[in-house]
Formats: sequence, structure tokens, C-alpha cells
Amino acid sequence: MPRLREFLSATVIVLGLSGPAIADTPADTLVQAWQFDDIISLDPAEIFELSGAEIAGNTYERLIGYDINDVSKLHGVVAESWTVSEDGKTVTFKIRQGRKFASGNPLTANDVAYSLQRAVLLDKSPAFIINQFGITKDNVKDKIKATGDYEFTFTMDKPYAISFVLYCLTSTVASVVDSKLLMENEKNGDFGYEWLRTHYAGSGPFKIRDWRANEVIVLERNENYAGDAPPLARAIYRHIPETATQRLLLEKGDVDVARNLGPEEIAAVSGKDNIDIVQAAKGTLYYFSLNQKNEMLAKPQVREAIKYLVDYDAIADTIMKNLGEKHQAFLPKGFLGAINDTPYKLDVEKAKGLLAEAGYPDGFTITMDVRQTQPIAGMAEAVQQTLAQGGIKMEIIPGDGKQTLTKYRARQHDMYIGQWGADYQDPHTNAQTFASNPDNSDDGPSKTLAWRNAWPTPELNKQVDAAILESDTDKRAQLYQAMQKEVMETGPFIIMFQQIEVAAVSDKVNNFVLGPSFDTNIVASVSKD
Amino acid sequence: MIRISWRILRFLLMLAITLVGLLAMTFVIGRLVPIDPVLAIVGDRASPQVYARVREELGLDLPLIQQFWIYCKQAVTGDFGRSVLTSNPVLQDIARYFPATLELATLGTIIGTVIGIPLGVFAAVRAGSLLDQIVRVIGLVGYSVPIFWLGLMALLLFYAKLGWVAGPGRLDIAYDYLVTPVTGMLLIDSLMQGQIDVFWNALSHIILPASLLGYFSLAYISRMTRSFMLNELAQEYVTTARVKGLSEARVVWFHALRNAAVPLVTVIVLSYANLLEGSVLTETVFAWPGLGSYLTNSLQNADMNAVLGATLVIGVTFVGLNLVSDLLYRLLDPRTRTP
Repeated sequence: MPRLREFLSATVIVLGLSGPAIADTPADTLVQAWQFDDIISLDPAEIFELSGAEIAGNTYERLIGYDINDVSKLHGVVAESWTVSEDGKTVTFKIRQGRKFASGNPLTANDVAYSLQRAVLLDKSPAFIINQFGITKDNVKDKIKATGDYEFTFTMDKPYAISFVLYCLTSTVASVVDSKLLMENEKNGDFGYEWLRTHYAGSGPFKIRDWRANEVIVLERNENYAGDAPPLARAIYRHIPETATQRLLLEKGDVDVARNLGPEEIAAVSGKDNIDIVQAAKGTLYYFSLNQKNEMLAKPQVREAIKYLVDYDAIADTIMKNLGEKHQAFLPKGFLGAINDTPYKLDVEKAKGLLAEAGYPDGFTITMDVRQTQPIAGMAEAVQQTLAQGGIKMEIIPGDGKQTLTKYRARQHDMYIGQWGADYQDPHTNAQTFASNPDNSDDGPSKTLAWRNAWPTPELNKQVDAAILESDTDKRAQLYQAMQKEVMETGPFIIMFQQIEVAAVSDKVNNFVLGPSFDTNIVASVSKD
Repeated sequence: MIRISWRILRFLLMLAITLVGLLAMTFVIGRLVPIDPVLAIVGDRASPQVYARVREELGLDLPLIQQFWIYCKQAVTGDFGRSVLTSNPVLQDIARYFPATLELATLGTIIGTVIGIPLGVFAAVRAGSLLDQIVRVIGLVGYSVPIFWLGLMALLLFYAKLGWVAGPGRLDIAYDYLVTPVTGMLLIDSLMQGQIDVFWNALSHIILPASLLGYFSLAYISRMTRSFMLNELAQEYVTTARVKGLSEARVVWFHALRNAAVPLVTVIVLSYANLLEGSVLTETVFAWPGLGSYLTNSLQNADMNAVLGATLVIGVTFVGLNLVSDLLYRLLDPRTRTP
């Protein structure tokens, strides 16, 4: 369209704009282009979205942390040490002395106890992580309490595996908040909730200076931080929803990191000298599932046949290239007890045999609810093609995320394709959702993924409950291995990939690391040339 | 005196009816869409108790009529509720995002008008010539090319390749926080506070999206100018003026254009209103934090307070601009003034 271009350039020339020189990002600031429209709150007791969790991970300290290169290694952050009582129900934590919040207030055991109590009393979405230990609004002040300036106790209803307890305390909900500052901002007994939704009260390497929804998040070095001071003075996240725009900004040097590029864009920038690709396997799985309320899908041979009617390798090489790796067990790689077997591959003949055995030699027709977003929609189309080879005619019902999810949660689907991210780094989080369904009635209280797909799991329920009480870590790992094999062989879940998160990073940036979970993409160690 | 108050009264009545209608429609549509606003807040894994509590907090357990009534009562007192997405009162959000859109659309309209009117006049004077054809093609492209694609192409060329203008966003981060928002319009605020560097940076950010919007309004304005001018040039008074020996330029620019200006004012004001509400895609491509992207995001997340608030602002602006065009029309053309 030469005429158009001439016209546009003429417009700019007419307006006399030669354009001021475009500056690179400042040397003491990391600028990331990122899509963060999911953030609705900055309060760690409420944060339950991926982007919010990452911000909290960079600005708050928790009681416990884990090594991002080896998730099985736990270490104290605010906690110096811990001891477990003889009956296994009470953990006593010692808190490190001499730490301060960004406000200058000292950090004591009282703050830690307040933070956990507050999360339970506010009862926002992530409160269940603490509720799991028999801690409720009514008993929280007895169960979690400071027993000294630098000591507090955490008491549970059962002797849960200590690793399970500690991993739960590594999650965002266990971030330590500044009780004094929050009490100053309290209104009508809300524990400072209204205020903290848009403010900051932590002790992490960075503090939150500003959050403008769908626009920018500005983090600034916390001079009171007890650990090594971050090399950079600021870390800025700019909300850039368009991936093509993210790529442009990166190539022009207006941002240092592009976080949401698609496979083609990653391929295009990875050839450039001044751009590095950083990636990490995440605890998120891509899967599709079969509602057992559908009598065809409830037949064991049909479930097995469908597992053989997916071309895992072809999808991995195309749609999921740079975005995921083949994985078929419910525990992501890196979790305690995770198995990395991938026994299923495309085998049309075998699948046809199984379908004939089930009484469907000519296949059948079925629907799948699909969220119209990539890579989900692409995967659904690929599955549709290979299912057709086995005689199964799959009709795709497109919808947006909240539509398909509403239907899935109401158990009204035939097949559903989606993703599932772990809430914390302990295997129980996924074991519970994929392998436990204590009450399969429509109003059952525990709405796990097994429940959503109406899959009763009488034997597995017992195993899931037993595993969180097993104190021997090796034995516990074996229990999870057995559960994964069982679910892989008989369950209504076709788990296909584990997500890989990819960031394109300017070569001026050093030590940019993506961690194994969405809240461990830490910028505190980043420096720039 | 009586005439003026009647006009004001009529305007206020029209405003009230329009706004209530607009609100009622948006409200009902918002409640009918198959998106669960509670789910948007509590997330996928919340317990049934948390879900039920939030539903109650939002008042979604009440009958629809009652929900609407409560909302209208609050809205009258200036309380539009809190946005789920930003955690701020909706009014505060609008005060932040609307000036960004206003600034963009205003500059877009100025560009469209300043270039569109002369183009339209030339096309009319030389009707059927090559110039006329070119103007027509420019208009056609403006109507038919997706703004989304054109925006990306413009970014590629002027920002990425030529480096003439700055990229998406309103400012380079180095200039952020240097200006205290007063009007919320960066070009004005930076000048008022003597921050010339910030002004140039803001201008180099806004010029591309504003030109793009300007192009779309130009397509419309130049076409309408051409048709109004053709109409005027065929009038007797134009012939008379020529016979009297006035220069062609004087005839065209002073006599004919002056008369064509009356309907043109309406065209420009309407085009301005269109830019204000229709800049959603431009705002997305250019990561422009304006009311358009605020509204889109809120819609996608079933953030109904924000959707209703933003709709209301757009509605008021639309009605207000119509009144302005109405008044200007009367001012410019005495014949339309009722005795």
C-alpha cells in the first residue's frame, strides 16, 4: 500500500516531527513488557493469580523458601529453624532477629502469627491452604500464636507430613505483613484489607511503589531489606497485551524483557545476537478430560483408546514448541515423587481395537468445550484430527475462558481441555485434585478435578489422605508414584504437556531467572551492563 | 431568556432519559452474559463458602430490579462502586483513564480536520480529476482497512524502522513521575509545569496513534466536505460572486466553505464522538491506558461497576457533544434560529 505509507509519512513530516532520540532503558532499571491484567489485589492474603503472585514473590518474604534449582531443598527465610512436637501436631518456629519491614518497623514473631491469622480470618480464596490443617476462623488464634518475640507455634489437627506443612508455608498466602502498619490503616476491623489491596507492607528485596491496573507496576529497592541488596534500583513491569508490540519494544531497546511472546516470535528473536532466551519448566499441566457422566466416556476401554489417539510428539513440535514439553503424569517434573514416564503415543490401530472391545467399532460423536485462546484452541484442533482417525467425531464448542469454566465446574461438558497449575510445591496439591473425589454427588463439597469429571475414586481417596500423614519422605514419594501410575492408566485425564515459560531478554541483562513456579520469577539478583 | 431555559430543560430531560436507558440496557446485558462475575473475583479454586459470600457482597443474590435500583440510587450520589480489576472507586479510575482518551481523540480530530477539510475542498473544486480520485481512495482505505493492522504497520515503519516516533505507551519510563497530573492530559500538564522534555516525549508517543485516529476521521471529514462543497458550488450565490469578479480562491474559501461549514460542524463533532468511543483497538495496539482499554478489560472480566461507569461517561459525552453541535449549528446559521 505505497500510497497509504506515503500519506502517513507525509502527515508526520508535515507535523514537523523528526522525533527526539529514543532513549534506552535506564541503567539502574529493569523494564519488562508483560501481560498482567489478571491482577486484582496486592494483598498477599487475597492474591491467587499468576501475575499477582510474581509481584508478591519479589516484594514479600515468607516463612520458608525453597531452592529454585532443586525444589526438594527447603530453607528458612524469615524462619531461622523449626522443631516438630512429639505427637507431630505442633511446629515451633524460631524467627530471625534484627529484620525490618520497608516501613522501618521491626519484624517479630507477632507479625508472622498476625499474617497467618489474618489470612484465615479474611477468608479469601487462598485461605484454604492453611485451612487444610484443621485451622478455622474460630480456632486460629489458639492454633497459630506467638509464644515470644521471636517464636511462634503452628498447631494442626493431625500429624501431617512436615514437608507438606512447610511447602504450604512457602506459598504467597504465608507472606509476612507489617502488622503495625496494617493496624494503622485498619478500617472497621478489616485488618487493613481495603488499604493493602493497593499498597505495600512487606520486607522483601523490593517494595511496591506504584500499581496502575493494566498499565504499570513499579518496584523500588527496599533499603531496609535484610538480605543482599538488589543491584538494580528499580524493576518496572509495563502492561503490553499485544505480543507483536512486546517484540517490537524489545528489539528497539525500550524494554529489557518480553514475557509473553508466541512460538513464532520466539523463533524470530532467538536468532538475534543481542537477545537471549531464558526458559523454565513450570508446575502447570495441559490436559483434557472426559466427563464420566457420559456413558461412552465412562467405559475403561474408551478412556484408554483416547489416550492412544493423541499425537503428543507432533503437537510438541508445532503448537507447543518452546511452550511445553511432553508430560503424562499428574505431578509436574521437579515435584517430590514425580514420574516422567510417557507411555502413550499415537497408535490408531490399538485404539481402534480398544474401541471395538468397548462396543464402538465405528466410533461415536462427542463434544469438547474449548477456550478460544492459544495454545489451547490449537491443541483441541490437533486432538480433533487424530480422534477422527480412530472414528471418534469430536465437535469443538468454542467459548471464552469464564464461559467454558462455568460449564466445566457445573459438570455439563463431555470433554474439556485446559490447564492446571499447582498451588504450592508439595505433591498433595495435584494429588488431591486429580486423584481425590470423596463425594461424587452433584453438590459434593470437594470440587476437585476428579469430581468435575464425575470420576469416583474410593481407593485413591484413602491413598491421598494417607500420603499427607506419611512422615518418611522416601515412602511418601513412593505413594505418589503409585497414585500417578494409577491415574495415568485408569483416570479420565489425558495429561499431555508441562508448561515451559519463556522470556526473551536483552543481552545487557544478567542473571534473569525464571523459577519453577509462577511466584519464583525473581528480579532481585538481576543486574545490567 | 425563556427560550434558553427551555432549551436547557429539554437538554437535561434528554440527558436523563438517555442515561437511564443506557444504564438499564448495559445493566441487563451485563447480567445476561454467560460470564460469572463471582468467579472472576474468587478464582477457580475458591471454596463454595467463599464463593457464596462474595456473591452476597456483590448483591447478586438480590432480584435484578432491586440490584438496578440500588445501583441507580448510589450513582445519583456520585458513587459508582468499586472496580474489581483495579480495586479503586470507579469514579477515580475514570478520572485517570478518560483524560488519556480525551487527549488522544482531540489530537486525532484536530489532525483529521486540519487535513480533511482542505482535501475535501480541493476534491470538490477539481471534481473528477486525478486529485479527486486520490482523495476518494484515501477515504476508501480509511473506511476499509482494519485499524488494528494499520496500527501495527505504522508502528513497524515509524517506530521500529525509521525511529521517528516513540513506541507504545504515553511516556518513556525515564519521564514517568516527572509531571503531577492536573488535567490528566500529559501535553497540557507538562507545558503548564514547564517540563519541555516531557512534553516532547509525550508528543512523540501520541503522534502515531493520534495520526492513525486522525486518518480515520479524515476519511470521513474529507468525503463529507467534498459533498457539501459540491452542493454549495452549484448554488446561485456562487455564480453571482464569480460574476462580481471575485477571485476563485475567495469564492471557494470564503463564500462556499463558510456555508458548507454549518453542516461540517456536525460532521466534525460526530467524528470526535466516534473517536472517543471507538479508539479501543488503537488503545490496545499502542498500549494506551485510556477509557477504551479500561472498558474492554472490564467487559472481559465481567467487572460490571466499571463497565456501567465507563458507559455512563461515554453516554454523557455523546449527549453533550450533540448539544454542542446543535448550539454551534444555530450560531453559524441564523436561519435555524427559531423566532
